[in-house]
Amino acid sequence: MIGGFVEFLRFLGRFGLGFFERLGRAHLFLLSLLVCLPAVVRRWRLVVLQIYSVGFLSLIIIVVSGLFVGMVLGLQGYNTLVDFGAEESLGVLVALSLVRELGPVVSALLFAGRAGSALTAEIGLMKATEQLSAMEMMAVDPFKRVIGPRFMAGFISMPLLAAMFSAVGVMGGYFVGVGLLGVDDGAFWSQMQSAVELREDILNGVIKSIVFGIAVTWIAVFEGYDTVPTSEGISRATTRTVVNSSLAILGLDFILTALMFN
Amino acid sequence: MLQTKTIEIIVGIFVLLGLAALLMLSMKVSNLSTLGDTDGYRIEAEFLNIGGLKTRSPVKMAGVVIGRVADIYIDSDTYNAVVVMNISNDYKNIPQDTSASILTAGLLGSNISAWGRAVRKPSLMKVIEIMITSDAVVLEQIIGQFMYNQAASDDEEW
Repeated sequence: MIGGFVEFLRFLGRFGLGFFERLGRAHLFLLSLLVCLPAVVRRWRLVVLQIYSVGFLSLIIIVVSGLFVGMVLGLQGYNTLVDFGAEESLGVLVALSLVRELGPVVSALLFAGRAGSALTAEIGLMKATEQLSAMEMMAVDPFKRVIGPRFMAGFISMPLLAAMFSAVGVMGGYFVGVGLLGVDDGAFWSQMQSAVELREDILNGVIKSIVFGIAVTWIAVFEGYDTVPTSEGISRATTRTVVNSSLAILGLDFILTALMFN
Repeated sequence: MLQTKTIEIIVGIFVLLGLAALLMLSMKVSNLSTLGDTDGYRIEAEFLNIGGLKTRSPVKMAGVVIGRVADIYIDSDTYNAVVVMNISNDYKNIPQDTSASILTAGLLGSNISAWGRAVRKPSLMKVIEIMITSDAVVLEQIIGQFMYNQAASDDEEW
């Protein structure tokens, strides 16, 4: 009985130690990554290549999801607002929910699934096949050559993708609300414009998406770099990237929202 | 694998698209193209009760938005609420006997501060404080008053 309890305590302790050890390693990793960033900026061509694979290739899924999210918001919002005779406020509802919450959060979740997992798998496989060690043997710093550009690319792409998500979503809401359900065109835009503030809403949304971009790419490249160099390890690391970065996005979103809009 | 040049062009298009989306959000969705917050001058008005007035509520004259509420605080001497309004520079000659009142926008909407029109011609002096104000109408007070009057008139009938 007592032995079982001690085993349980030991399990808890091992879990806690492992968690904090990983957390510490992740922060040391981030620190050495940030130190490399000036060198990465000088090799901007590598960053451009990564923006292509991280950002541009995620464009389709972001734009299509944004369109459908906006259209669903338009439908649902209309059905609720029409009961109060306030269907002209549909523009406000669609724009505020997209710009403040859904744009940054949903596009970051999609980004984690589409680009984050790919980053982890790529870097993890490089580690498993000892390409990273080979680079170090040739005196090429993998932080500057492989990890830094990917981190920069995620950090640059995320706010752009979130802005496109929100813009396309607003257009989707406009298409459903004004085009299909007959909300007044002028009221849709003018109420939206009078309710949405540049600094309060749009800038805070952009800040959110920058924070999410940093969090997602940091988790993705760290999990790839820290992976157990086997095929099973890579699959675990990829899963962990998606799970951890989704949780990080939602947790950070709560904190940021509480700080920004209270 | 695409050529580096093609990839760079595609990334250029991607960045441009992202910036265009941001621009569209700030110009078309938000109120950047209408009244800004910074340009303009300030006017203060004292109220006994401001109801649910919030900063950034629109200030209207004859129904036209001429500015926004910049700040709300309590005067430490009179304990009245002081509403600081930021009025656009387009409306410089506001008459001196303009009155201010706080009204509700819509049935469930937020409160807005609205200005009544003045009788006198516009003065050349800049108004810095509005003397004539009427307070926010609080629904609970009106209902309470109504019920009180109703009870009083019922008593008379007896």
